[in-house]
Amino acid sequence: MRILPRTVSATVYTGFLVLLAIAPWIFSVIDEPFYLDLLSRGLILAVAALSLNLILGYGGMVSLGHAAYIGIGAYCVGIPAYYDFYNGWLHLGLTVLVSGLFALVTGAICLRTKGVYFIMITLAFSQMVYFTFVSLEEYGGDDGLVIYLRSEFPTWLSMDSPVALYYWIFTVLLITLFFIHRLVHARFGRVIVGSRFNEDRMQSLGYSTYRYRLSCYVISGVICGIAGMLLGNFTSFISPEMMGWTRSGELIFMVVMGGAGTLFGPLVGTAAFVFLEEFLSRITIYWHLIFGLMLIALVLFGKGGIHGWLSAFDSEEERG
Amino acid sequence: MDWNLLITQVLNGLQLGLLLFLLASGLTLIFGIMDFINLSHGSFYMIGAYFCGTVVSMSGSLLSGIVVGLICTFAIGAAVEWFIARRLYRSDHLDHVLVTFGLILVFDTLVHMVWGAAGMAIPLPEVLNGQVSLGTLVLPTYRLVIIMSGLLVAAILYIMVSKTRLGMLIRAGASNRTMVEALGVNINKLFLIVFAIGATMSGFAGMLIAPITEASIGMGNEIIIIAFVVVIVGGIGSIKGAFYAALIIGLMDTLGRSYLDDVLELSMPTKYAETAAPALSAMLVYILMAVVLAFRPQGLFPPAGSK
Repeated sequence: MRILPRTVSATVYTGFLVLLAIAPWIFSVIDEPFYLDLLSRGLILAVAALSLNLILGYGGMVSLGHAAYIGIGAYCVGIPAYYDFYNGWLHLGLTVLVSGLFALVTGAICLRTKGVYFIMITLAFSQMVYFTFVSLEEYGGDDGLVIYLRSEFPTWLSMDSPVALYYWIFTVLLITLFFIHRLVHARFGRVIVGSRFNEDRMQSLGYSTYRYRLSCYVISGVICGIAGMLLGNFTSFISPEMMGWTRSGELIFMVVMGGAGTLFGPLVGTAAFVFLEEFLSRITIYWHLIFGLMLIALVLFGKGGIHGWLSAFDSEEERG
Repeated sequence: MDWNLLITQVLNGLQLGLLLFLLASGLTLIFGIMDFINLSHGSFYMIGAYFCGTVVSMSGSLLSGIVVGLICTFAIGAAVEWFIARRLYRSDHLDHVLVTFGLILVFDTLVHMVWGAAGMAIPLPEVLNGQVSLGTLVLPTYRLVIIMSGLLVAAILYIMVSKTRLGMLIRAGASNRTMVEALGVNINKLFLIVFAIGATMSGFAGMLIAPITEASIGMGNEIIIIAFVVVIVGGIGSIKGAFYAALIIGLMDTLGRSYLDDVLELSMPTKYAETAAPALSAMLVYILMAVVLAFRPQGLFPPAGSK
């Protein structure tokens, strides 16, 4: 096992993770607690982007409805909390169960379609979830729901203080990164990537690509649901607006800006997205314009996203 | 049963259906011929409304507002095709989604910069602002105008597509693009025209609705998703499909919102029906699309000769 990373991009990513690990300490030294909030939100979105990347980047399944899972996760915290159930394990279990089931049922239908149809049907299902929560008057409908207390876990796992919540999020992020790394390098991942390039060939090799893709879709949904659960705890206010279709569009933006189909791409893409959002919105209220132009430029000129630019520094044989 | 209410609701459904058709007919052609997913099609809807509103407030004439609005949306549509969409016809759909999502951000912000964050009301001339009474039934004149204009545009489009040379090329492009190219047709010009006409019709829909709802930022972002549902249900590339699907979806949505709770009360207690009905009626069109995709993925009326 090698200790030092071999490539420029790997060095950057390792440094980035180390920085994230000590970030709360840095922010307390420079006395800027606000940045911890910003970073927490960024890392939650990064988990969501990583989950989207699993189906979009590796699997070639372009979902325009992934924000639905963020909403589902958030409401799996919000609705029990509304009835004064604050047990964290209950919230987590519910999130995994509901987002997994939703992904299983909708995925079974969506994955019968391809290309444009897949994009549109994932969008349709997320709109259904959106409108369901909009019309649930009991839980605030359009106006959303306030969560008064965070999910309760045993003392050593508590997420009550901002720093504790940050490390919760950071840990989930690390687990997700590790899990996805193992997944895509296992046979499972090879089949998923293989069926993106040539599904017929994978089928003639004897793989039931539909089942593999469906499993991948469910895994992705569950991870995104957990991101939603964290977001619910973090914002302590949830509303159907979290799962509007433009949110799903932003998630795709984060994945592609970082580099779709790469392990760390979505993480740096999300970091760049959140940073730019914060930075640009301080300069001008018209920051969406710059965002939109960047997005267009990214597609027209910037192939491979940030990961692509970083690995341009790696020597030829080291590129994965 | 209140028949007057039913007739009013059916007319409202028709109105929504025809607006959807104006959006979806352009979308389905851009989709079917260029294989391009244009999420920003709804931006033309918004831009049309704003240009029209500006001219109306300066000149006081709705007609001149509409004429200027049509010209502007045609030009902007052509510019988007020329500078952006054209480069991406051969890339994958993910790129289309990203670029047009970026365009939505750009257009929404530009409108914000030029016209401010508040909405813009468009006053109606006296003639259109009244009501028409037929027996006991009283209908707002302007709603009828919207329905008539929608039908008129549908008729013009039908004649253009089925009787003219341009229409023949469009139909040919929708069923087999490669063959049209191989026959030596200037495909770039065809694409430019189709894109710009689509944008113009979308803008026209925005101008029609704005006097009722007023022009606002992001007004196209909700309706464009339903327009996509129309395109998928009708069959990608099929104008006829878009027409029927738009009417079906417009009526279904409107009637669902007003009558679904009554229907549900037949089978469940009032309390549950009142909770379930709004959710279900908002979901109705998406359920229709999911069912169509699951059982008839090519849509209800796919263009002739397509796969």
